[in-house]
Amino acid sequence: MKDGEFTSSRGLVSKRTMEIVVAVLFLVVGSIVITDSLRIGAGWRDPEGPEAGYFPFYIGLIMSGASLVTLVQAVLKRPGAGTSFVDAEALKQVLQVLVPAGVFVLLLNFIGIYVSAALYIAGFMAVVGRYAWFRAIPVGVGVAIVLFLMFEVWFLVPLPKGPIEELFGY
Amino acid sequence: MEEIASLFHGFAVVLEPFNLVLMLIGITLGVLIGVLPGLGGANGVAILLPLTFSMPPTSAIIMLSCIYWGALFGGAITSILFNIPGEPWSVATTFDGHPMAQQGRAGEALTAAFTSSFVGAFIAVVVITFLAPLIAGFALQFGPPEFFAVQFLTFCSFVGMGRGNAFKTIAAMTLGFALACVGLDTVTGQLRMTFGTTELLRGFDFLIAVIGLFGIGEILLSMEEGLSFKGGAAKLNPTVVWQTWKKLPQFWVTSLRSAAIGCWMGITPGGATPASFMSYGIAKRVSRNGDRFGKGEIEGVVAPETAAHAAGTSALLPMITLGIPGSPTAAVLLGGLLIWGLQPGPLLFVEQKDFVWGLIASMYLGNVAGLLIVLTCVPLFAAILRIPFSIIAPVIVVICAVGAYTVHNAAFDIALMLVFGVIGYAFKKLDYPLSPLVLALVLGDMAESAFRQSMLLSGGSLSVFWSNWLVASIMSLGLALLLWPLVSWAKGMLQRTVPAPGTGA
Repeated sequence: MKDGEFTSSRGLVSKRTMEIVVAVLFLVVGSIVITDSLRIGAGWRDPEGPEAGYFPFYIGLIMSGASLVTLVQAVLKRPGAGTSFVDAEALKQVLQVLVPAGVFVLLLNFIGIYVSAALYIAGFMAVVGRYAWFRAIPVGVGVAIVLFLMFEVWFLVPLPKGPIEELFGY
Repeated sequence: MEEIASLFHGFAVVLEPFNLVLMLIGITLGVLIGVLPGLGGANGVAILLPLTFSMPPTSAIIMLSCIYWGALFGGAITSILFNIPGEPWSVATTFDGHPMAQQGRAGEALTAAFTSSFVGAFIAVVVITFLAPLIAGFALQFGPPEFFAVQFLTFCSFVGMGRGNAFKTIAAMTLGFALACVGLDTVTGQLRMTFGTTELLRGFDFLIAVIGLFGIGEILLSMEEGLSFKGGAAKLNPTVVWQTWKKLPQFWVTSLRSAAIGCWMGITPGGATPASFMSYGIAKRVSRNGDRFGKGEIEGVVAPETAAHAAGTSALLPMITLGIPGSPTAAVLLGGLLIWGLQPGPLLFVEQKDFVWGLIASMYLGNVAGLLIVLTCVPLFAAILRIPFSIIAPVIVVICAVGAYTVHNAAFDIALMLVFGVIGYAFKKLDYPLSPLVLALVLGDMAESAFRQSMLLSGGSLSVFWSNWLVASIMSLGLALLLWPLVSWAKGMLQRTVPAPGTGA
């Protein structure tokens, strides 16, 4: 992992490290699948045939086997040891999308999807895109209104709503 | 000639005004989806699928498959004008398409791309029209072991024909199967891997996974690249179109060869992306102008576009005949069939004639309509790309969230979608393939029940998969494909010249 730091000045984590992390995660998921299948029974019960865990048990086994090989490959052969998985600049960009999206998803549980969508789009435009507020707010509100008309009025598919929609009688 | 009669019946279904309108809406939305980053055929169809729950299945499939054709067309616009492939299968189109645009021949490149797409799709639809009823008739004799064998073959071909690390393909695939198992087991009524939570009772819906993996994951990737669209102006006037059309017939050999490659790769689940690369590579080697490829050769646009569309279209052949999709988008459409209450597989040709032939007829008309729409509306679609990414990105996230919510009316699914987005981002960066994961998630239940029924037939012995020549040959072919990477690895070890498959990027 040290060579990763040398080749790209601001590389945060090397591709090889991520290869190992993901392979280990796969192993964890594989063992969860195996243990849960064993818990509910992965064998053969006579009149009914295969038990509920029969098929997933082998799936878990194959997954663990394949990721074990990937893990060994990553450790021994060091593919992508010199290349960085993500550098600081790129990670910042990614988080700029991911964090507001997370906030948006959290918010919509409380104030409904339309209001949070308007806030999210306007906020993203203003903060990340550096738009003036008087341009960002109309876009955010506009998209929310179009969505509202499309789903609540036209398609009659109800989406999560909050107190503001209640004010208008929805 | 029974097919012709059925096909005309299909045309009658498609030409109903309601269906025609849906077709045009589908194509337009599809091109839009193909042009926008983060929205592609698979997740575009996934997002709109819940809106079709209340439609008649035939109208629904017409609209959704037209979105797919539209997306196939749309990918070429971004590749040529902006050097950004809107879809993975248009990567090869950028090689010659973008240089042509830089030389001021954007109109020529676009016309060539759209026309070849149309030709590729048309040949594939003709293949479907005549081959599908035959395959379906043949598959009517299939029992559970045969169905499992075909599914086994599908997944093995991902391993054997994929270009990446075989073990990563297997890992991604088994993850799909494992996620498909979560929730209530319908046979025994037991709960699997829910760990006492109620949210996991429903299991993982493949639509949520597709929207997250392809939609959010793609947004994260584009954001990381600090994407800004810079590109030539898009002008298409009838003169350019006409002049390009006069040039195209001389490439008929390339077109036919590319269409053949595409059909083959689409029916076997190689998919449109490898088909376009393979076709470009072969055209480059065979063509008289091969050494000029990459510098703006029109033949270099014709080859990958024809193959990609032929593959994308013929991917529906195994879906309607065997219930096995040849591409992620076809997988989503297959999921749609299940939701509309249709059982995919050979019986569709017997019990749902309207549906099947309506779909096939809409492929013909949809591609004609698509060609006309893209040829006339290119400037409009290109203008959409000039909207800055900081507006597009949050709007697409909101659209994905709405799509994820409407599947089950569950806000939890939106959070799940974000998680799948991060997974998709990491997988893309580490070369874990996403298509086998999605296919396994869609087919998981069917594959499992076919496997269980086969086991019941044989009393738990795997020998049932070698019990007659048909199932035995499918299984053996699958095993051969599965072991193929091992064989080439061993060959490499012997010769010590070719690097082992594990090092492939």
